[in-house]
Amino acid sequence: MSTMTNDDSKANTVLQLENISLSFGGVKALTNISFDVREHEIRSIIGPNGAGKSSMLNVINGVYHPQAGDIYFRGKKRKQMNPAQAARQGIARTFQNIALFKGMTVLDNIMTGRNTKMSSSFLSNALWVGKARNEEELNRHKVEEVIDFLEIQHIRKTPVGKLPYGLQKRVELARALAAEPSLLLLDEPMAGMNVEEKQDMCRFILEVNQQYGVTIVLIEHDMGVVMDISDRVVVLDYGKKIGAGLPEDVKNDPEVISAYLGTSH
Amino acid sequence: MQFFLEIVISGILSGLMYSLVALGFVLIFKASGVLNFAQGAMVYTAALVVVGLIDYDVPMWLAIIASFAFMVLIGICTEKFILGKLVNQPPITLFMATIGLSFLLEGFAPILFGNDVRPIDLGIVDEPIQSIMDMTGIGISKLDLFSSGIIILLVILLALLFQYTKVGRALRAVADDHQAALSLGIPLERIWTIVWAIAGFVALVAGLLWGSRNGVQYALSLTALKALPVLILGGFTSVPGAIIGGIIIGVSEKLAEIYIPPVLQDAFGGNFGGIEGWFPYIFALLFLLIRPEGLFGEKHIDRV
Repeated sequence: MSTMTNDDSKANTVLQLENISLSFGGVKALTNISFDVREHEIRSIIGPNGAGKSSMLNVINGVYHPQAGDIYFRGKKRKQMNPAQAARQGIARTFQNIALFKGMTVLDNIMTGRNTKMSSSFLSNALWVGKARNEEELNRHKVEEVIDFLEIQHIRKTPVGKLPYGLQKRVELARALAAEPSLLLLDEPMAGMNVEEKQDMCRFILEVNQQYGVTIVLIEHDMGVVMDISDRVVVLDYGKKIGAGLPEDVKNDPEVISAYLGTSH
Repeated sequence: MQFFLEIVISGILSGLMYSLVALGFVLIFKASGVLNFAQGAMVYTAALVVVGLIDYDVPMWLAIIASFAFMVLIGICTEKFILGKLVNQPPITLFMATIGLSFLLEGFAPILFGNDVRPIDLGIVDEPIQSIMDMTGIGISKLDLFSSGIIILLVILLALLFQYTKVGRALRAVADDHQAALSLGIPLERIWTIVWAIAGFVALVAGLLWGSRNGVQYALSLTALKALPVLILGGFTSVPGAIIGGIIIGVSEKLAEIYIPPVLQDAFGGNFGGIEGWFPYIFALLFLLIRPEGLFGEKHIDRV
């Protein structure tokens, strides 16, 4: 767990969000939200249903474009971008509702994660000559490493649609990791899992973070998990930031408690 | 029995020709959700460019390459100037846009290359293969067999491309889930352009084969209509479905043409020729009532 204080130098800030506001028509999804994500940390976004957590993640990923506010990625102000461009900058993600390619095998799904690392042209792919061939082998190697890491060797050739929910979640993580991201966005990676699966997933997330130094932004409902593995937490409610800081501080914040328990305020 | 076999075989072979046109629809529909009504017009245009250039004494192989380049250009322009501007519009809007595109092509191509009926000579004559005729008494057209061979080869190549390459995986990924594909850095516009180029290539092959059989004429663009019952049978998103659907339509319409008229004549009197022309549509209609998603299409189950 991190011992950094909130006033730490900004030198190792990966992502800085300043006064982000996002609305859909008249509905305000996010209002004036600012927080930062530091290198190698696990930064969790928590909040009740409909608090704007996924919207926040989608803003970082470039799916939604906020009407107001600035995003700084590695010190540089980010222009409006789409998720494909974000992917090329090293941002990978998983989705709240699993978004795997159902008809494809586990292996093929994870291979798509290597897309940004493969540069062969359509022509060499079509003719299966030159670069396309070597590239396939090289990247296959990388993918096998991810498969080993997440312990999914046995389902390599299974179409993902046939896998149980927990394993699908794991494959989705594998696909995101295959891109060798520097920033990983996880949208409820443990939703719907049993205790054992959750433990496994926690272990993987921590290993990704600690061994490979990947910075992680995590949305999760299970408070036990969040408080356990996060370095710092941001709390959203009705699209507004109502708290932020170290897990133990957030846990005892009266406003946060009332948001979760619905005390009148 | 020989007669029956001959009908079935000729049905299979001509059915594969429908499959080829249906394949063009499936590729684009799968990847982008657009039902490309212009697929027939693309078949016509591709064939017309080839015969048109041959009229100007361009060698055949060069004409074919030029036509392919032209089809790719159409694909790029369609994606860039038409469909690219209509992203996130309802499917019916996109469909209308492709109807517009089909009119544009059907009007534009004849201006460049004339609209008189012209043959394409692929060097293979449309006559029964003598050795098979001698051995079994079944007549199989050389041209049909050659066409089928080309189609099967094309399908195998496409399957390999889809299954084993980065681009193929990206195509399947985009077909499956746009958002997820985008989040992996797969550029949607480029993928759609590639799909249009491949569909253009399929249209070119279809144009050459159909053209060598029936001559290159406006009616080629109507072959697209015959692909619709094939799609209803096979499902709009399935390549194997397009192949098998085509074969079923081909065989059933040939069998219907031979065996249904006598029955109807006995019952009602009069003349019942030309069943081939409408039978596939009735067949598809009946099929729709039983299995609306097609043989291989994705079944939709909505969460309530």
